Amino acid sequence: MEWETVIGLEVHAQLATKSKIFSGAATAYGAEPNTQACAIDLALPGVLPVLNREVVIMAVKFGLSVGAEVAERSVFARKNYFYPDLPKGYQISQFELPIVKGGSLDILLEDGSIKRVGITRAHLEEDAGKSLHEDFNGMTGLDFNRAGTPLLEIVSEPDLRSAKEAVSYLKTLHTLVRYLEICDGNMQEGSFRCDANVSVRPKGQAALGTRAEIKNVNSFRFVEKAIEYEVQRQIALIERGEKVKQETRLYDSDKNETRPMRSKEEANDYRYFPDPDLLPLCVTSEWVEKIRQTMPELPTQKRVRFEHQYELSAYDASLLAGHKALADYFEAVLKLTPAPAKLVVNWVMGDLAAALNKVNLDISKSPLSPEKMAGLLNRIHDNTLSGKLAKEVFEVLWEGNADTDTIIKERGLEQMTDSSEIEKIIQQIIDKNPTQLAEYQAGKDRLFAFFVGQVMKESRGKANPEQVNALLKEKLKGEMNV
Amino acid sequence: MLHLKTLSEMADDLAEKRYSATELVTHFLNRIQNHDSELNAFITVTKEQALSTAKKADQDRMAGTAHKLAGIPIAQKDIFCTKGIKTTCGSFMLDNFIAPYDATLIERCNQAGLATLGKTNMDEFAMGSSNENSYYGPVRNPWDVTRVPGGSSGGSAAAVAARLAPIATGTDTGGSIRQPAALCNLTGLKPTYGRISRYGMIAYASSLDQGGLFGLSAEDLALVLQITAGFDEKDSTSVDHAVPDYSKTLHDSLQGVRIGIPKEYFTAGLNPQIAHCIHEAIKVYEKLGATIKDISLPHSDLSIPAYYVIAPAECSSNLSRYDGIRYGHRCENPVDLSDLYRRSRAEGFGSEVKRRIMIGTYALSAGYYDAYYLKAQQIRQLIRQDFVEAFKEVDFILGPTTPDTAFKLGEKTNDPISMYLSDIYTISVNLAGLPAISAPAGFSDNLPVGMQLIGSDFSEAKLLNIIHQFQQHTDWHKRMPEGV
Amino acid sequence: MSSISNETVEKIARLSALAIAPEELSMYATQLSNILTLVEQMNTLDTTGIEPMAHPQATNQRLRNDCVTEPDERKELQSLSAFTEAGLYLVNQVIE
Repeated sequence: MEWETVIGLEVHAQLATKSKIFSGAATAYGAEPNTQACAIDLALPGVLPVLNREVVIMAVKFGLSVGAEVAERSVFARKNYFYPDLPKGYQISQFELPIVKGGSLDILLEDGSIKRVGITRAHLEEDAGKSLHEDFNGMTGLDFNRAGTPLLEIVSEPDLRSAKEAVSYLKTLHTLVRYLEICDGNMQEGSFRCDANVSVRPKGQAALGTRAEIKNVNSFRFVEKAIEYEVQRQIALIERGEKVKQETRLYDSDKNETRPMRSKEEANDYRYFPDPDLLPLCVTSEWVEKIRQTMPELPTQKRVRFEHQYELSAYDASLLAGHKALADYFEAVLKLTPAPAKLVVNWVMGDLAAALNKVNLDISKSPLSPEKMAGLLNRIHDNTLSGKLAKEVFEVLWEGNADTDTIIKERGLEQMTDSSEIEKIIQQIIDKNPTQLAEYQAGKDRLFAFFVGQVMKESRGKANPEQVNALLKEKLKGEMNV
Repeated sequence: MLHLKTLSEMADDLAEKRYSATELVTHFLNRIQNHDSELNAFITVTKEQALSTAKKADQDRMAGTAHKLAGIPIAQKDIFCTKGIKTTCGSFMLDNFIAPYDATLIERCNQAGLATLGKTNMDEFAMGSSNENSYYGPVRNPWDVTRVPGGSSGGSAAAVAARLAPIATGTDTGGSIRQPAALCNLTGLKPTYGRISRYGMIAYASSLDQGGLFGLSAEDLALVLQITAGFDEKDSTSVDHAVPDYSKTLHDSLQGVRIGIPKEYFTAGLNPQIAHCIHEAIKVYEKLGATIKDISLPHSDLSIPAYYVIAPAECSSNLSRYDGIRYGHRCENPVDLSDLYRRSRAEGFGSEVKRRIMIGTYALSAGYYDAYYLKAQQIRQLIRQDFVEAFKEVDFILGPTTPDTAFKLGEKTNDPISMYLSDIYTISVNLAGLPAISAPAGFSDNLPVGMQLIGSDFSEAKLLNIIHQFQQHTDWHKRMPEGV
Repeated sequence: MSSISNETVEKIARLSALAIAPEELSMYATQLSNILTLVEQMNTLDTTGIEPMAHPQATNQRLRNDCVTEPDERKELQSLSAFTEAGLYLVNQVIE
């Protein structure tokens, strides 16, 4: 039988605020345990939550970016359950009335086509603390620094049909939240986490199969592997005549398998009800408009603009637009040089990207400023530097503080464009190589390359190759007539 | 006999330096020492802090920088968190809990220089109407020590009634200030929801809880409400509404004031002698120029059913934080995580608290939410609408505070439902979020009778005014238990 | 009229994280049933179409600025618990 995979994703994006969603404690990652957990985060008696304005703005930005409806009225509810990392015994989360409803995200598939993935909702909630399972005499340690960190939970429709599509959706969403500067996207630190609802059904069947929820998979690669494993597991179960159980499963990346979560075995009854400590959140259309004015250009908008404004290929444009810092760098360089966009792209995404990659640096931390990059491109564009010399200059630029013009001067690297000088060298080479000249004249055309090589070598690579070609051709022709 | 003075008189005397704050505070501390063993009104007495506050008040007064209430003693209900002083909420769960912060109300009292004498006894987590649900034992009514003082703020009420403190704070979720005020012959104010910050006030039912005061007169309450009322940015439900000068309007005439008498508050369950007292009070108001009108609050009979869904539902969630992990009672040698939770909570909470947690859990659980919680919220809406309609015709609503006078200790402990019914006239006010005052209105078999006046949102100034006018023409509020 | 069985008490107690001794079950079952009977007086009224009221105030949530205002108070806060080590709160093993 042929099977169809159905995947819906729930992404928890930690919002990049300075303070927590309901308290004034810091949210910085990596602090000493419990040094960023205040009385409110620890749920001491009598303390009360007050909502962080920035969190609302960030959720609205997300809503606008996916063409969703921003609810004028949304409500925080309590999700009640006992768990040691949940200090209040309930999580404050939007339930019936979320702040963002509907919307969609376009993702690029492997075959180059675009698929529109529905977004069901996005709602605000608070993160829980962390259980540390290192052994404290058989006890678990609890760190509540993360408790109360704002989360935007983004829920997709079950529109995804393969692990690869799921990863493409995640990457697109990941790019988007970083573009909006609402989430740092750091998956290792848990800033961008994903739960996947996976089910399979016979191809052509309308009804959905029973789904399993895979929790907290913390890299794109693991999402793909976890889903692939889970799909195979479910198909195998059904083909053996067994049933898929609706349950929460954990992905074990060491063993590359999913297994049921023991703590979630007992079906929970969350007893949601509106949090009486918080009033309904009102986001007026005027406020939404104000926020809209502050929205950055989105990846898709940027891609289209790059294609038109700079006449870039769709490939180049989408690669650049996919990484905001890269796109910003590209445009910064372009503003400083008359060099054509294509040349800039080739250098930024070629030599610069490779160099950055080698030392594992993001473009935003590039040791080579857009000014310096532009300085180099200026000299390529005005033919002062050949491609080969430019690479040499780039190496020097990367290593030190000098600028292109100084390097050229110090090392005497200007391209030789004076015809009489080039002719002089050509003459020397011809004179030095009578045998090759004779053979060439006898019809061995491929020796032309030999002469070019010799001339370039003699000029230490500085001679303009096109000029060398033209002048050499002329000269050799002349020799024949002698 | 400093304890026989009203708070207003004390403020004047301190200003005139007739005696020092240290003398005043010492006098009350001595009274607590001599009389509280019988009443059990205090869980914690904060002698040193009270004396050092008094000393500072005296110094400030010499320097001319003292607030007019500086050095006046106050008793704080043990539901308000006090920095460095144990806050138990009447529960074994918090027997070892010392808050690292002050409740906003405490902070404001401290800023004015009021001297906290101690933390008063209460029904555990404010759940109860007799103060018999305290881990620290029942409080006795100074008018008859075989009877209850009412609850949940029973310790505060007993303390003021026995003149162990001139004023005390309380909280009122379903009547926990007004009912004990009625049973102890005090003036007790439950302000509008959101008038006094809930920050640092340990939550029972968040959408109903409201801090307030017990005193000997409306005039005294006005002075302390002045410093405790007002917006607090730490409480999302605190209302940013101007705080008027509560003392200034106390003397306004009642000419033309319209008072409504709800027929639903005078039904069969009401002690006839209480009904008589209320009718006498109505006559006083008529003499003072008020017009009296019969009104109806048709959904009154559903206030208790709705309350016993909403309050337990909120409490079941509010009390989930008490798990023995970060503070509070933790059971000995738990075998596993589930044992840690279940035994710590079972040992830490008393039976009424457990009952309400379980009822609330049940009402919110899958399949029951609509039938209980949602239904109760709809009834809450109707109850509020009843008042909105009534206030189109009248300015205030007058009736009894309680259906009966103070009952005997132990009389209702085995019958939770009959205990719940003692809040029959007070609960709808919490559901609607309105301000109300209970004030002394007479006696029945030598036990105090309270009348309740209910106002519209933020009408505290007018409420204090009409009580003050009543107190200018009656002396019920001046009567004291024997031996005081 | 609802009546609550011992099994229901056990289930609610589990959801409420309360240990209830077997001999207390029937007492709670009776008491909770009585409370439910009181509560179910609500059913005498048809409330179809009535907007539920979650809160006495008809106002909206106020928002605070995104500022870090809470300093590190770990030492003071952890003095409230006898079960801490290396800055962590300790509990019986959590199994995921």
